[in-house]
Amino acid sequence: MPSAPASPVAAAVAEAHRREWAYVLAATVRVTRDIDLAEECVQDSYAQALITWERDGIPGRPGAWLTTASRNRALDVLRRDQTARKYLPLLVEEHVTELEEPSDIPDDRLRLVFTCCHPGLATQAQVALTLRLVCGLTTAEVARAFLVAEPTMAARITRAKKKISTARIPYRVPSTADLPERIEAVLAVVNLLYTTGHTAPTGEALARTDLVARALDLSRMLRELLPHDPGVIGLLALILLTDARRAARTDAQGRLVLLPDQDRSLWNRQAIAEGTALARRALRHHPPGKYALMAAIAAIHSGSPSWQATDWAQIVALYDLLAAIWSSPVVRLNRAVAVGFAEGPLAGLAALDKLSDEPQLAAYGYLAAARADFLSKLGRVHEARTAYSEALLLTENAVERDFLDQRMRSLPDS
Amino acid sequence: MSEYLILIYEAESAYATASEQVMGEVMEAHNAFSEKFGSAIKGGHALQPTLTATSIRDAEVTDGAFAETKEALGGYYLVEAADFDEAIAIAKEVPARFGGVEVRPVMVFEE
Repeated sequence: MPSAPASPVAAAVAEAHRREWAYVLAATVRVTRDIDLAEECVQDSYAQALITWERDGIPGRPGAWLTTASRNRALDVLRRDQTARKYLPLLVEEHVTELEEPSDIPDDRLRLVFTCCHPGLATQAQVALTLRLVCGLTTAEVARAFLVAEPTMAARITRAKKKISTARIPYRVPSTADLPERIEAVLAVVNLLYTTGHTAPTGEALARTDLVARALDLSRMLRELLPHDPGVIGLLALILLTDARRAARTDAQGRLVLLPDQDRSLWNRQAIAEGTALARRALRHHPPGKYALMAAIAAIHSGSPSWQATDWAQIVALYDLLAAIWSSPVVRLNRAVAVGFAEGPLAGLAALDKLSDEPQLAAYGYLAAARADFLSKLGRVHEARTAYSEALLLTENAVERDFLDQRMRSLPDS
Repeated sequence: MSEYLILIYEAESAYATASEQVMGEVMEAHNAFSEKFGSAIKGGHALQPTLTATSIRDAEVTDGAFAETKEALGGYYLVEAADFDEAIAIAKEVPARFGGVEVRPVMVFEE
């Protein structure tokens, strides 16, 4: 993918790459029934576009142009080595039609998404395949996104593709009966991509805005393809509302600024308006799903003029609803923190201490950090210092580490 | 159509100490499964416990299973399914109250 478009044509190709890749690939898979061959053809057509568009001008519908070019290329290859490809295990498909007009090609992006996010694949593989096939990132880019070596990521992607073809994971939209569970898996992939980008697990920068942008693109694409699904609406709302605070999350020196201290005038009001409206829509579905509830919590923060004015009672109530449908220790942790703000640090500490023997939180720095904050508010300096040290041991993001270190240093001498 | 082998891994100790009633329920569950998926099931057997297993490597014969695990291979079904999703739907209904199952696509060799 060209990183710095030098000409209008390069910019148009880059734009078409970001917006149309999934559509072009999905339409090409329809011809090849083989993901690898389809990928090659789509890559070729983007390369060809750089040359042809320079010569003939940028087409009115770049996506249709690319789709036709990729599919023609695929048909050429198929005709040329029909015998060589005869024994390849082909994707399980309902029907294939060979030569439709671009305008008649059904939108196959959902098939592509559901295949990439199939629960029969490891979660990491689902995320990698989604970035590779749906977003069109190169293997090197996917590897960088997850801070692993390129050969490692290449092996992971190859293995996942091999499983799709040999285990015959079908390339189709799941049946109505399976749809809710399968949509949940797709949402989990997009959400994981978003949270990985929002606070990078390791590294120097707090956020990886490239991943956040991809998650937002995917989320908007899902909204277009499944416009009435409350989970899809809820996730888009959640991402918009959380990402709206991006500019306020770090100061000029790149240091972490937490919600209480953020300059709310830096929040993206347009994203908040869109996210809030979507959150309302998602909440209309009964019972509300987890993304709708998380979006609602984010919306309360977004709608609050200041940290002091936050409606904590309502936030605790929403966390109660969330914990009832999603038994995640992290949700219980966030609820406990909210209790601390609603009822005071002592109540918060008591709620946190109930989670202390939760095995999944044992290596989770936020539990120790939250305890440290409440202990510090209660003036229990010595215990607070121990808790900050513990949180530091469990945190690998440099910006978060500096923040915790700063907090620990600002404790009064005991 | 493709073939998939569904391998049943369960805690042998649980069967060693199971009451007659539990054993009866297990048998009944397998009978019900076989009846429901009769047309898809191409084969299947229960195996004697690993204490009867013999391993052979480089012609050397040793007593015991290849790997000592808490949950051991105790039986299998060979099923035919249109695709992975169908195979998984069948595998989800294989009785395995003391463990779980593993699904493996059968390799097909072209001539």
